[in-house]
This record gives sequence, structure tokens and C-alpha cells, in this order.
Amino acid sequence: MSGLQVVFLIVAVVTLFSGVMVVASRKMMHSALWLIMTLLGVAILFATLQAGFFAIVQVLVYIGAISILIIFTLMLTRRVMDEETTQVIKGWWLPALMAVILFGLLAGLLATWEDFQGMLNELPADVENLAAFGTALVNPAGYVIPFEVASILLLAALVGAIYIAMERKEKAE
Amino acid sequence: MTSETLTWLIPLPPLLAFFLIVLFTNRNKALSHWVALIAAGLSWLAGMVVFIRAVTTEGLSEHPFAQSIPWLPTGDTSLKIGIQIDPLSTVVLFFVAWTVLMIFIYSVGYHNFGQPAGKHDRKGLPPEGAEVKEKKGKIIHVPSIEPMYSRFFALISLFAFAMFLLVVTDNLLTLYVGWEIMGLCSYLLIGFWYAKESARKAMIKAFLTTRVGDVFMLLGLAALYSLTGTLNYQEILSNPVVLGQLAGALSPVFGLSWAALIGILIFIGTVGKSAQFPLHIWLPDAMEGPTPVSAMIHAATMVSAGVYLVIRFFPLLSAGWEPGGAVTTPMLVMGIVGAFTALFAATIAVAQNDVKRVLAYSTISQLGYMIAALGVGAYAAAAFHLVTHAFFKALLFLGSGSIIHGMEHGVQHTSEHIDPQNMLNMGGLRKKMPVTFWTFLIGGLALSGFPLVTAGFWSKDEILSGAFKSGNMGVFIALALAALLTAFYTARQITLTFLGKPRTRAAEHAHESKWTMTLPLVVLAVFAVGAGWSGIPADFPGLGGLIPNWFEEFVGSMLHVEPVEAVHSLVPLFTSLIVALGGLALGWVVYRGLKERIDPLEKQIGGLYTVLKNKYYVDEFYQAAIIRPANWVANVFTYKFLDQTIIDGILHGIARFGVWLGNGLRNVIDLPVVNGAGDSAARSTRGVGMYLRSKQSGRIQQYMVIAISLLVLAGLVIYFTVGIS
Amino acid sequence: MIPLSWYLIAAAALFCIGLFGVLSRKNAVSILMSVELMLNAVNINLVAFWHYHTQLQGTSQIAPQVFVAMVFIVAAAEVAVGLALIISAYRRRETPVVDEMTLLKG
Repeated sequence: MSGLQVVFLIVAVVTLFSGVMVVASRKMMHSALWLIMTLLGVAILFATLQAGFFAIVQVLVYIGAISILIIFTLMLTRRVMDEETTQVIKGWWLPALMAVILFGLLAGLLATWEDFQGMLNELPADVENLAAFGTALVNPAGYVIPFEVASILLLAALVGAIYIAMERKEKAE
Repeated sequence: MTSETLTWLIPLPPLLAFFLIVLFTNRNKALSHWVALIAAGLSWLAGMVVFIRAVTTEGLSEHPFAQSIPWLPTGDTSLKIGIQIDPLSTVVLFFVAWTVLMIFIYSVGYHNFGQPAGKHDRKGLPPEGAEVKEKKGKIIHVPSIEPMYSRFFALISLFAFAMFLLVVTDNLLTLYVGWEIMGLCSYLLIGFWYAKESARKAMIKAFLTTRVGDVFMLLGLAALYSLTGTLNYQEILSNPVVLGQLAGALSPVFGLSWAALIGILIFIGTVGKSAQFPLHIWLPDAMEGPTPVSAMIHAATMVSAGVYLVIRFFPLLSAGWEPGGAVTTPMLVMGIVGAFTALFAATIAVAQNDVKRVLAYSTISQLGYMIAALGVGAYAAAAFHLVTHAFFKALLFLGSGSIIHGMEHGVQHTSEHIDPQNMLNMGGLRKKMPVTFWTFLIGGLALSGFPLVTAGFWSKDEILSGAFKSGNMGVFIALALAALLTAFYTARQITLTFLGKPRTRAAEHAHESKWTMTLPLVVLAVFAVGAGWSGIPADFPGLGGLIPNWFEEFVGSMLHVEPVEAVHSLVPLFTSLIVALGGLALGWVVYRGLKERIDPLEKQIGGLYTVLKNKYYVDEFYQAAIIRPANWVANVFTYKFLDQTIIDGILHGIARFGVWLGNGLRNVIDLPVVNGAGDSAARSTRGVGMYLRSKQSGRIQQYMVIAISLLVLAGLVIYFTVGIS
Repeated sequence: MIPLSWYLIAAAALFCIGLFGVLSRKNAVSILMSVELMLNAVNINLVAFWHYHTQLQGTSQIAPQVFVAMVFIVAAAEVAVGLALIISAYRRRETPVVDEMTLLKG
């Protein structure tokens, strides 16, 4: 077992464990912190795949922005939640069972694929050609339309979020 | 600009107009209608340039103006959007561009632009009229402007966009997009006066009924895409290899070939959109919308789209068929449905008193004509009738709107409480509204197929002769009967509305509409006559060959088969002459000089009854000539209903009989069977819904758990039974 | 030198954990966090396949990268709107607990 494999196993186990803790913690704030741990684990997995750019974006966007947003929201709404004794709904065993079966199905499905056991070899160091990626995003023959649509989506989400969360005193009650 | 670029640009102005009006100009009524009018004008201009270039291009059907770009990448392939102008889309584009522009202009007048806002007008209701003080201090009633004027122009622009998109596109996917946008627009426009209960019901009915057809059509498209991997017209319809494969391969349903199955599914889409039996029930109710909308839906766009689709897909529908040979299953279905609908709707139209409702049933009937024409393989004739019908039916609808407008004016003037749409309340409008009268007369004559002069004669004659040549006598006779009834109710309508003496004070005070309303009438009247001259058959006695049969050559070149000249016969010609003139004369004779505001049907008592009865006895000859075939129809369809009334029916003659038959078809087949089936389906759905309601906790997660559980179960079943590979 | 299967299995596991969270957690914020887990699982798959195909083709593959970027964008948009909704709902109903939001009740 190579060193990289060992690293992968450790990271994967930590990531999955934190993932479980995200959905199992009783305190919301703990959940959020575990989420950061999971996201970090995913970033490291990206790095082991030699996708350095996305590893960094993962840290910046997910950990830097999204997690912070979530924590802010928790702080704004926590008062009620701290008194809760349990965080899951009553019949939680059914979703759990479903998740386990679904995992089995996915694994079984994947195992029938011929390339499933393919090895990921080390790529040349400069393989992640960011210039080509960037050009493709603004190339009319490439992905400029999805790119522009995505920017509009972000803008709309921004405006929408502000509008929804704004307090409208004149309309209250 | 190249023709391709121009074609791309045709649908865009109305779309831009829609957004402009909705977002920016909706507070300014004048600006809104100018935006819409200019947009329609630009589309019209581009359409005309493309039309002229297309008709002057040699071999357009082999090398249409076409261009496409990838739109949605889907793995290795991509869904494309593109444009294509071939002979069929050329002629459709022509009438769509003209009628849309005319309807836009007409709408300005129809919604009383330039009039003051009414004091009691509310959004969602037709304007009730305003009171204006004259200089002398006298208060007079005038029509008031529509409160949601801008909204109307925005919606109708979107509607026009969808129709143009549907016409210029080169593949089924964008056609479907346009198709559905039209469904939405018709919903919004039929329910334009949404505060009226009846309008709300009509809009829902129209939307849901057409939706039934659309679902089947989508299934057809999906099957087509999964079998051929493309939705492009050229790649499917002009490719004998693909057509041959589709016609040869058996589908899992009823032992039909794939071509037949897909054809029937697509045809069901048309049944919904073009209001064929049994999905026609939405169309008469769609009269709840403003009249320009009725014209838009019934003439220029929506119902034409359905027929356009089947004409477009005729190569697939007829895959495996040789001219003169046995027809394919979809063609058989189309022949039966079309001929039945043509006759069925024509009989109903006889019994209607609402001026717009007569036209609505007439539209259904005429669409049945086109479908039946395709069913017997008369491809060019169907397209020809589509074009001529679009012109004269748009003319008739706009004319009826003008009549209603004039009547409403009279009603406001006299404060009489009568229905301004009821033909029995009219009469003698000929002198009050000369322009409307003459144009409506031209449209009516075209609809009934008045010989030689009108466009309707030529197209209807071609369909009849096509049916005759195909040897399908059932279809031929049904269509001939329908033509007779068409002429009859048209004469009835014109006689009741324009001829004779005014039967109400409101009708005496009706007056001609503004030029924005009459100008489109005049323009459309020109086409209602002139459009026919492009398609005079070469073997027509006397006139044939004087003008080349341009239309048939042009559109007929779409089919890559040589038409087989069948036995030449004058029977269809004489048939169409007799039914058109006979029906018109009959209608006029029966209804002329009607003085009371009661249809002969309602005359049960007293002297009026005798008067009418005698009139009918004078026309004994006509009655006898019609009563026997009509009896046959009655025995097949409405035996029970007519059982009690048939003796009376013979006594009171054809007019009364026709009225009864029409009502009977509506009450016995339409309402209980068709509507009843719909209602009981709705009731049982409601019952199930009430039961399931108790299971609805409102907890979103519970729903998700159920959904995922079912997914997992399905996955397990597939995993253990079918296996993965 | 890691088998592709390891990544795929890890991603599937993370996805199912997220799914469980979405289905069973009471708090709306928690559900959002679980959705993030699922999105991340998808991203792991995408990046792993990017690596695999780049290795097969010899040059960096653009399409997977674009998809990953899209997932990032959608995730950001979703969190922004989702959290705004939660705050708005919290303000009105004094609870972030999805269980108590039963307006859809029949």
C-alpha cells in the first residue's frame, strides 16, 4: 500500500466520520463545525486527485463563505434550537435504512462497471491547464452560455436573498 | 441580409415587444400598442421579404432556407435550434404574418383606444362604458377603454411570437416550445376578463383539454427522438431510409408500426390543439375571450398550428402509402375523425344563436375538413384550405367583433338590456354597418364556398375532389353534407344579422366601427377572394389552366412522390356547386324576413308558429331534398333523442329539424358523453384526492422519505429481477 | 496510485450520509448542511472522473471542470437563498424547525 493510499484512507475516514457527525450532532453549532471538517476533507481529496485549483476553491468558497453563512444563520436562529433534545424526526430509522440500501445499490451498480477497478496514476505536474479552462468558459464555442447563465443565477440569488431576508416593517401583520 | 438571417429575426420583435410592454411601458397605453404594432409590422415585413424570396427560389423543397446552431449539448450529440423555410412554411408564414398584423391593428379599435376610462370599469371585466358630458351639459354614454389595454397587447405579442417561432423552426423541439407557449397564451387570453366566472372556467377548460393532446404528442416526440436520435424535419421527413425503417418496425402497441404509432400520437396533439372530436369542447367556450383573441386562436395561430403539424408530418403519417393505394392506419384515423368532426360541428352550428359561437363550431368543422383531406391523401388541398380558411375565418371573426361592437354601442345608447351577441337581436345591420356587411358577406361566401369568386370554393373543391378521387365515398359524402350545412348556417347568420329589418332598438342604433377595425376587414376580404386564385386546378372546366395551379405545384413539391392522376370526374365539382349554392339559398329562404326575436325552434304557440310553419311548407322541395340524408345521420347518432320529436320534425321542416339535430348532438353526445366522461373522471379524481388528503401531513420530509423509499424499492426490484448490465 | 473505486465509494457514502440528513433532520439549517454534503459527494465524483479521463486522453478535460464550477456556483446561490428563506421564515413563525412548517397540510 503506497503512501498516497494511506493518506487517502485516513482522509476519507475522517471525512466520512465528520459527515456522520454533521447529521448526528445534537447541537447545531457542533454540526456546523463538523461540516467545516468534512469540507476540508473533501478539499484534501481534491488535492490527492491533483485538482489543486478546486481544492483551493473548495476552501475559499465552502469553508470561507458558505460555512460562515451557515454559522451566522445559526447564531440568528439558535435560541429556539438549543432547548431541543433531539435533532432528528421521530421515524428516523426509515431514512437511515433507505440511505444504507441506496448506498448498497450504488456500490453494486458501480461494481458492474468495467473501469471500476481502474487505477488513477500520477499525472504530469502542470496537467491542470487553468488557462484552457478559463478560455473555455468565455469561448462562444465552449461554455460561455452556461457561464453567463450561472452569473445571472448568482445575481438573481443575491437579489432574491436580500429581498427575502429584508425586514418589511410597513407590511408586518 | 440573407434570407436565413431574416428568418431568424421574424419571431423576435413580438417577443421583445412582450418584454418591453410588461417591464416598461405598461402604464402608457398608447406607447404599449405602438410597441406591439411596430413589432408585428417588423415581423410582417421580414416575413414578406422571406416569402417573396422563397417563392422566387427554384427547387425550394429540396433546398430550403435552413440554418441551425447547437443549443443544448447532450453528451455526444446536441439538441439544435434552427430555422427552415420550405414551401409549406412559406405559405403558412404568409397568412400568419398578414392575419397577425391585421388582428393587432383591429385590437386597437376593438379595445376602444382613445375613449375615456369608464367610472365603473374594473380590471378583469369588459369595459362597461363611460359617461361624458357634452357642451350642452347633456350626459351621453360612450364606450370606454379596456382597463388592461397594455396587458392585452403584451399577451397577444407573446402569442404572435410563439406562432412565428412554430412556423420558422426546423425541428420538433422548438415547435413544441412554441406550441406550449401558445397554450399558455390562449389560457391567459381566453381568461382575459378573469373576473367573469364563465371566462375563468373557459380558460381552465381550454388549457386542460389541449393538455390532454399535448401529453400524447410529447410521448410521440420522445418515441421519435429515441428511435431516430433527431427531431429535425429534414432528417426525418425527407429521408426515405428513416421513414422506411419506422414504417417497417413494429411497435409494442396494438401491432402498429412505429411510424403509425408516432403518427397517431402526434395526431392526438393536433386533435387537442385543433379542436377535433372528441377534444373539441374547449373551443366554443374559448369565445369568452375578447374577439381579437378569438380570431387569433381560431384563424391565425393556435388551431392552424395543429393542422400545420399534421401537414408537416404527413410524410411520416403516410409512410408506406402510395397514392391510389390503401391508406395507412393514421390516415384512416384522420379521415374518420376529420370527416366526422366536419359534419358533427356543422350540424351544431346550425342551432347556435350567438354570432361568435356559430363561427366557433364552423371553425371546428372546417378544421375537420383539412384533417379529412389529409386522411385521403389530399396533401396540397389541406394546406390550401388551411391558408384560405385562415383568411376568411379571421375576417369573419373580426367582422363578428365589429358587429358586436356596433350592437354594444346601440345597447349603450338605448339602455336596452339585451345580449349584443345574439343574432336574433340583430337584423338590418346592412345599412348601419356597410363596410362590416360587405366584408362579412365576402367572408361568409368564402366560408360556404361560393363558386368561382371566393377562395373557399377553390380549396373546398379541391378537398372534395381529392376525397372523391381517393375512392373513399364515406368521407366524400360526409364532407359534402358538411359543406351543405356550412352554406346553410352561413346564410342563416348573414340573413339574421344583416338582412331584413332591425329586430331591436339597439340594432337600430348600431353604427359602423372605427377605421382601425374596418381596415383589417377590408384587407382580409381581399385575401378571402384573392387567395383562391393561386390554386385553381388545371383540369377545371373553362378556367383551369388560365392561371397555373401555383399552389399545388409549390406545396406539392414537399412530397417527394409523383401524384397519380386518378379518373377525372366532374362529380365533385357539381357536388360542391350544388351544396354551396343550395345551402346558401336554403338558409336565406328560411330565415329572410324573420321579424320576431325568436328562433323557429322556440315558436311553440300561436300565430307566429303558423306563420313560420307556412313559410317552411313553401320550401317543401328543399326540405325533402335534405331531410332524408339528415335522417340517416339522426338515426345513427341521436336515435333516442329524435324518437319523440321526429314526427314533429318532419312537420316543421328542415330549419326546425336542423336546429333540433344540432341541439341534439350537443346535448346528447357533447354534453353527457364527452363532458360527462370528463366530469366523472374529475369526480373520481376528487374522491381519491379526498382520501389521500388525510395522508397529507404537510411535512415535506415525510413526502421525501416516501419518494426516496419508492425509488429505492424500484431500484431493488430492478436490481434483483432485471439485473444490471 | 489510488483505485478509482475508492473515490467513488467514498463519494457514494458521503452522498448517502447527506441524504439521511436531508430526510431526518428537523432543523432547516441542518437540512441545508446535508444538501451541501450531497453536493460535495457529487463534486468528488466529478473531479475523480476528470482525473481518470485526463489520464486516458492525455490532456486536461474541460467539461468535468466546468461541471464542478457549476456545482460550486449553484451551491453558493442555493445557500444564499436558502438561508435567507430560513431567516425570513424564522422571523414569521419563530421556528427554524421544518417539522412545524406544515402549510402544505391537506
